[in-house]
Amino acid sequence: MDNMQFDLLTLLPEMVVLAMAMFILLLDLFILPQNRFIIYGLSQFTLFAAAFFTFKTHTPAVGFAFNHMFIDDTLADVIKLMMYLGTSLIFVYTRKYLQDRNLYRGEFYAMVLFGLLGMMIMVSGHSMLTIYMGLELLSLCLYSLVAFDRDNKQASEAAMKYFVLGALASGMLLYGMSMLYGMTGSLDVADIANSIMQHQGKSPVMIMGLVFVVAGIAFKFGAVPFQMWVPDVYQGAPTPMTLIIGSVPKLAAYAMTVRLLVQGLHPLAQDWQDMMLLMAVLSIVIGNFSAIVQTNLKRMLAYSTISHVGFIMFGFMSANANGFASSFFYISTYVLMSIAGFGIILLLSRQGFEAEQIDDLKGLNQKNPWIAFLMLIIMFSMAGIPPTVGFYAKFTVLQAAWQAGFTWAVVSAVLMAVIGAFYYLNIVRKMYFDAPVGSQVAITAPMDMRFILSVHALGLLGLGLFPESLLGVCGRSLLMSLQ
Amino acid sequence: MTIKQILMLIPLLPLMAAAVVGIFRNYLPRTLAHVLTIAGVAASCALSVYVFNQTLNGFSLNESVYTWLNSGDIHFEVGFLIDNLSAMMMVVVTFVSLMVHIYTIGYMEEDPGYSRFFSYISLFTFSMLMLVMSNNFMQLFFGWEAVGLVSYLLIGFWFTRPTAIYANLKAFLVNRVGDFGFLLGIGMVLYYFGSLDYATVFQRAPELANTQVNLLGNTSWSLMTVTCLLLFVGAMGKSAQVPLHVWLPDSMEGPTPISALIHAATMVTAGIFMVARMSPLYELSTTALSTVMVIGAITALFMGFLGIIQNDIKRVVAYSTLSQLGYMTVALGASAYSVAIFHLMTHAFFKALLFLGAGSVIMGMHHDQDIRNMGNLKKYLPITWITSLIGSLALIGTPFFAGFYSKDSIIEAVELSHIPGSGFAYFAVIVGVFVTAFYSFRLYFLVFHGKEKWRQPHQTQDAHLNATDNAKHDTQEDSHAHDDHTHDDAHHHGLGPNDDPHEPGWVVTLPLILLAIPSFIIGYIAIEPMLFGTFFNNVIFVNAESHPAMAHLAHHYHEMMHSPAGMAMHGLTSLPFALAASGVLLSWFFYMKRPDIPAAIKQRCNLIYQVLENKYGFDSFNEKFFANGSRYLGKLLWQFGDITLIDGAMVNGTARVMGKIAARVRHLQSGLIYHYAFAMIIGVFLFMTFFIKIN
Repeated sequence: MDNMQFDLLTLLPEMVVLAMAMFILLLDLFILPQNRFIIYGLSQFTLFAAAFFTFKTHTPAVGFAFNHMFIDDTLADVIKLMMYLGTSLIFVYTRKYLQDRNLYRGEFYAMVLFGLLGMMIMVSGHSMLTIYMGLELLSLCLYSLVAFDRDNKQASEAAMKYFVLGALASGMLLYGMSMLYGMTGSLDVADIANSIMQHQGKSPVMIMGLVFVVAGIAFKFGAVPFQMWVPDVYQGAPTPMTLIIGSVPKLAAYAMTVRLLVQGLHPLAQDWQDMMLLMAVLSIVIGNFSAIVQTNLKRMLAYSTISHVGFIMFGFMSANANGFASSFFYISTYVLMSIAGFGIILLLSRQGFEAEQIDDLKGLNQKNPWIAFLMLIIMFSMAGIPPTVGFYAKFTVLQAAWQAGFTWAVVSAVLMAVIGAFYYLNIVRKMYFDAPVGSQVAITAPMDMRFILSVHALGLLGLGLFPESLLGVCGRSLLMSLQ
Repeated sequence: MTIKQILMLIPLLPLMAAAVVGIFRNYLPRTLAHVLTIAGVAASCALSVYVFNQTLNGFSLNESVYTWLNSGDIHFEVGFLIDNLSAMMMVVVTFVSLMVHIYTIGYMEEDPGYSRFFSYISLFTFSMLMLVMSNNFMQLFFGWEAVGLVSYLLIGFWFTRPTAIYANLKAFLVNRVGDFGFLLGIGMVLYYFGSLDYATVFQRAPELANTQVNLLGNTSWSLMTVTCLLLFVGAMGKSAQVPLHVWLPDSMEGPTPISALIHAATMVTAGIFMVARMSPLYELSTTALSTVMVIGAITALFMGFLGIIQNDIKRVVAYSTLSQLGYMTVALGASAYSVAIFHLMTHAFFKALLFLGAGSVIMGMHHDQDIRNMGNLKKYLPITWITSLIGSLALIGTPFFAGFYSKDSIIEAVELSHIPGSGFAYFAVIVGVFVTAFYSFRLYFLVFHGKEKWRQPHQTQDAHLNATDNAKHDTQEDSHAHDDHTHDDAHHHGLGPNDDPHEPGWVVTLPLILLAIPSFIIGYIAIEPMLFGTFFNNVIFVNAESHPAMAHLAHHYHEMMHSPAGMAMHGLTSLPFALAASGVLLSWFFYMKRPDIPAAIKQRCNLIYQVLENKYGFDSFNEKFFANGSRYLGKLLWQFGDITLIDGAMVNGTARVMGKIAARVRHLQSGLIYHYAFAMIIGVFLFMTFFIKIN
């Protein structure tokens, strides 16, 4: 504790988000419902300000705060910037839906911003305690967001399941952390790594700790066998909440994995590599097979998330910088794709109608060819068909695993990707070749949402044509942090 | 303008005209369509005449103008080989093409596809010129396929008629067979000679004359024989030699002008031209020459028989074309390449004339093609009558007419040839003379003389019965396989009993007259230089030692006849003339004097009649064996290979398995929270056991 650092400047973005979230919570009490756009504007402004400060305070050097409990490195900054972007898109896409269902309230924005704060802390956590704190902040926000529409039975059930299972997972994570602390005598990830290196020891307790930590991480990701909550919560939660759960928090989970496993438990890589392998293959297999038979779009996307998580784990199990970078690339494209996918569902929904059955997309091309085309790009990207960015995501991940020697796993993943292509292309087929059902109803979404969604989906194509830009950012930022 | 530029222009002018008219056919007025294409072909014809004149004065050229691509040591080039042979072909092609262009203005007057038709025939002219001007196998093959393509397009020109579609499909498929052999032959040339250039190949040919190659396992074959035979398979397809002749009669489904241009005068003679061009190769294989001769003889004789029983005016002429192509092929087999080319040229004129005359008759008869409904047309179509008479006389080989010189030379050359098969070939061509005379004048008498039969109660009923009768014999399943589709489409109006046929306008009669002139005199003019002069020196090679027929022929000519007139006088006393005259007389007697006799013969000799009616069963054999065979094979592969194995077991099987797995997997998700928690705990437990125990 002798060289205590207390540089609040490193925490500037977090403080902005915290202050603004509390301010919005308070302000909402005094604002008339018809003026709620002020809250919306303030939330977007918060994200902008946080991005501004993150960008401004960024230095290539690594900064610490709170006695090394908080780290501010390039990886953290890049992930945070991605989170702001993702959250901002979420705000744009969900506004209309919330307005239609009387959920357009200040608490929503405050809650999302608090969740964001939790994620930022996770990303910058350099101590197991910080990481856990951030995780809990995020999780509590997400539980309550799922239950936000409190009269909705389905949503309440989903929230309950999420809460109970989440608590169980949190408990496991904390239990694992306590074991690691007991064995190494430190909460700091760097110290833990050093301690394991020095003692060379791989005692059973250490492995047990590792297993529990991995279980906690896997729960956050939704990897098999900790995936059970995913489909029920995705389907049960109101679509905006599904969108929130399914997108940005995955970035936080990625950061948490990097901090805990890569930076903290790297000496045990051989063990968690095998766990990752097992979970990756199981996730891809079970995710894809289950997705085939789904009729609910949100549930299908939930299973598709599980299979995407499997691919992300492929990068981790390579256990080298190349693999981590490819995972990072995969997860950032995944976040973009899933926000866009749920964005389309939100776009097609209107008052009293949820466009969440796959059959609701039938004949979309005849009703609205442009949206059908956007959905086509998104589905192609999720299936990993060139020239969309989804192809490069899968390609880099599998390439990394191939180079690391996981031949049969890569082969099976490719086969599974073919099966996965079925349910994505099934949606394309329904949109383009089936006759529309029901009467034609005009899309009521506001212009800004339609425009941004169009740019967003086309961006998946653009990134696929020029994957180097994003790939480069991912690779460089990761390398700078792992040095 | 340099000669090279002129040579470039000759094929390119028709191509440009074809492209402009073809692409803008919906925007250009009809007049412009024919003005443009005729201008292109006329200019090309004039330039060809100029080039021909140059080559007569000793000009020749063998040069590549464009390298398409290089692959290792092999160069794919576009080049011109201009000598007397190609220059003469260019003149014949462009001249006949020009005539047909002009004629088309009248023939296609009311057709909605007017501009398209002009575009096609100009494209054809380009393709044929590329073929004959080529100095390498690659370009030869290009021209070969391009003329095939246009032929296909034109046979199916009236693409709404099922019969036309059937005919062009048939032409396409049969030509595939020929082209397959041709391509293999070119492959042999490329592989063993290492070049596609004519000059290089011919230069190396003597070195390789005795080379044996191992094909089909380890059997040894003479390289030259195999190559020549494979190339000849291509010629058989294009020049409609038995057994690949079946497409030509059906090609009459196309409009008459193209029957004249493509299926009589030019394209079908491409095979003859090609073999003559390859004379340095063919001379090295007597086996190949014998085969060529026998195939030609079979075609010449047996296709002639079929002409006797046809009632469709165009089909009679078509069978006579087949027979004459057989004559040319026989001449090739006898190493009398120059005679074959000579006959090719005279035939181009008089056969184009006959076809265009037939077209004129068809127009006069309001698109009724059944000769049994015609008669005494000389009164109404005088120009057509005179020109057709000239054409027929030329065809049967009347002395002084063009056909006489070429055909008599063929017969003599075969007589003087001693390679295996020449005895049969001589018999065939001699009998063929009689047959040719008989069916040609049967047609002539029935059409231009006798009673005006369209005024009588129509034969339609009878023809209909006949047609259905034919259909029964022809094939069981394909009703469109029969030939007599005289009444099966809207185009055939026929003439009412009280109508008079009228001679079409000058655009039709002018080409007839312009073609009648060479049909009459070209033999007289050309025989001495072409057969016995130096015209084909350095172009066509004959190994005079082993194949002396041509040398003997020249000797004979100079000894006995001295001049073309002398040859004609001598011809009056020869066996072929006697046979031709008796053929004419017999047909006059049968069809003018005693029409009951042919009917009686038809009754008596029903078996022979049926054989001829079924065209020796080639069509039904192809239909049953090849068509059904490949259909069964396809069905087998489809049913078993595709549906059962690939679709059933592999594709749908995989999908079924996936579906089953998916249906199982979904049950993992029970919706009960304690199941979920249990799964998590089990997962952690398994992981712990696994990693602590194993590692």
